[in-house]
Amino acid sequence: MKSKIAAMSKTSRDNFKTYAMVLIVYVVVMIFQAAGLVSSQMSGLLVPLCVYATMAVSLNLVVGILGELSLGHAGFMCVGAFAGAFFSKITENSMGTFPRFFLAIVIGGLVAGIFGFLIGIPVLRLNGDYLAIVTLAFGEIIKNIMNVLYVGQDASGLHFSMTSATDLNMDGATGNLIINGPQGITGTPFDSTFTAGIIILMISLIVVLNLMNSRDGRAIMSIRDNHIAAESVGINITKYKMTAFTISAVIAGCAGSLYAHNLASLIATPARFGYNMSIMFLVFVVLGGIGSMRGSIIAATILTLLPEILRFMAGYRMLIYSIVLIVIMIVNWNPKSRAWLAEHNLSRFLFKKHHEKKEVK
Amino acid sequence: MKKMQKFISLALAVVMTAGLLAGCGSTSAGTSAATTSGASASGSTFKIGGIGPLTGTAAVYGTAVKNAAQIAVDEVNAAGGINGSQVELKFEDDELDAEKSVNAYNTLKDWGMQMLVGSVTSACSIAVSEKTKADSMFQITPSGSAADCVKYDNVFRVCFSDPNQGVASADYIADNKVATKVAVIYDSSDVYSSGIYQKFDAEAKTKNLSIVSAEAFTGDSKTDFSAQLQKAKDAGADLVFLPIYYTEASIILTQANSMGYAPKFFGCDGLDGILAMKNFDTKLAEGVMLLTPFAADATDELTQKFVAAYKKAYTDTPNQFAADAYDAIYAIKAAAEAGKVTPSMKTSEMCTAMEKAMTTITLTGLTGTITWTADGEPSKTPKAVEIKDGAYVSMK
Repeated sequence: MKSKIAAMSKTSRDNFKTYAMVLIVYVVVMIFQAAGLVSSQMSGLLVPLCVYATMAVSLNLVVGILGELSLGHAGFMCVGAFAGAFFSKITENSMGTFPRFFLAIVIGGLVAGIFGFLIGIPVLRLNGDYLAIVTLAFGEIIKNIMNVLYVGQDASGLHFSMTSATDLNMDGATGNLIINGPQGITGTPFDSTFTAGIIILMISLIVVLNLMNSRDGRAIMSIRDNHIAAESVGINITKYKMTAFTISAVIAGCAGSLYAHNLASLIATPARFGYNMSIMFLVFVVLGGIGSMRGSIIAATILTLLPEILRFMAGYRMLIYSIVLIVIMIVNWNPKSRAWLAEHNLSRFLFKKHHEKKEVK
Repeated sequence: MKKMQKFISLALAVVMTAGLLAGCGSTSAGTSAATTSGASASGSTFKIGGIGPLTGTAAVYGTAVKNAAQIAVDEVNAAGGINGSQVELKFEDDELDAEKSVNAYNTLKDWGMQMLVGSVTSACSIAVSEKTKADSMFQITPSGSAADCVKYDNVFRVCFSDPNQGVASADYIADNKVATKVAVIYDSSDVYSSGIYQKFDAEAKTKNLSIVSAEAFTGDSKTDFSAQLQKAKDAGADLVFLPIYYTEASIILTQANSMGYAPKFFGCDGLDGILAMKNFDTKLAEGVMLLTPFAADATDELTQKFVAAYKKAYTDTPNQFAADAYDAIYAIKAAAEAGKVTPSMKTSEMCTAMEKAMTTITLTGLTGTITWTADGEPSKTPKAVEIKDGAYVSMK
């Protein structure tokens, strides 16, 4: 009993540290900003940092807690971004900034959640590499649908087309093209702020960390650890897999909506919202430690800042970035550094899952 | 056992904060200047920033702009600068990504940028124009061709807009009775290509041109066009309109040739560069018509001087992106001289003066004789050229 309480308080202490880290960074940045000490480069990066940290938390829920590899997370972010931006565009003149932005975030999350649920139905029947490949395909499908989607608004309502803008047959005088195929959405209002980003990051952290320590969370983790054993004790695998996957999609959608309100042009290009981006999120998660939310937030922050800080190196920037990435990965995975980490009991988060998977196979 | 973990997380937190501080420290001079008065830090040189993709799939365009802008700046400096002040150019990479483009803009602002040449591509340019508008900084994009790029008063462009090219192409084909049945092959994932196609389609309808097939491809699948060509052939098109870049066009020409399909081909400024392509049989491009503001083998003195300088410095033939960038720098020079702009002015004052002056100047540049309207659009006549014996020949 005593040890249980100790263990519980240790987790809550650990969670508290994660919240504190985010809040301290927020307060420090706000103080610096008030004092005019933050460069425009840094202040421009604040919202993207929140977006990527939230995405890392979202993907870590699927990869670290549910134990399934999703390579389509950029797709959920894309859906959230387009849904949120679309909502803001059509209500730009009829709503105040705050309620509009709040609803845009909620809608971004909801729409992505619906997509996550629908995609989850076929996808979650699979596991392992098969699931990874199917999520990759869904991510690409979402990106490509966004590229052929034309939506316009005029006096008679909304018009949709999958072929071209001229097929919308809009009334010329009042017609307003909102989603213009590959040109995406332009002119989304700038509603995202660092504070909003931190709030979204904190909410997703609270949701995910509390889920981890709840009955449902333990059920999800038991599926990760051994799904046959989990099933044998009566855990509804589909239900819990679906819960984790949908929550993760909702968080990704909120992050996407936040992203969309920080840029005037939203386009689903292969680099942006393609599988490259999904892989980037996976790198955040793996680098920060599979299952460790704090780690993935830190990794997302470092890896987003690094290429920008390295700008002074001009042409060598991306090279140095890659080298740094390789070095960090080697330090994490090299047998010697692993042994060192194991010695200090740090390998817990990184290698637990890997180890167990081997056993199952 | 937890100690080490604590230590690591603390260390990482320190690194992160250090990163934030480093970002502030190295650039605090520029920031404080920008936040307090908006005046330039140095006061004696013009600081012009440039943004474009220097890495990634579109690196060739960004690099061309960077190189040509540098040539123009060097020439301007050698000739005594703008209003007696030297010009400094700093170019940042945006990886063809709107978010990175805004990051690049913020970085340049910390450096003390007073005027911006960029971004090279449309989406990035649109994203950045929101920021230049908010900061009232003068922006001229060499090649951001989407309509929304010049939505704000402080933004001008050198290239033709996409709608402009689409309309001009349709008009040219219809008015000169080049063809009646037209097929289009375009890149639906590309802003430039689909932007031209949309307007071409609309204009063709009013001009009674019949578009018998309009086939799209995407950036993910641009190596095989036999399906699109077969459809165009089956539909009986006697002209194929290619509002795309020359790399894909070269594949289309090669595949059309191998399937024995020989319609007329008509393209826009994106086709410029096809003759300089490696491993491409230029005989296949015989008879291809294109609307382009710039031809590297033109015989006028200005072009020849520029091409020679570019080849000497970068051992490469400049394309139209380079020409647009070169003209952008000279447009800044002309407008700054007309508006009597000095480096010691505030960025916003400079912007107001430049905005006014831009509409008064007439620039004889590489891409034609250009004047600007207050809405940021250049007015210059598109030149239609036909490829004959491996060279551009002007058409009527």
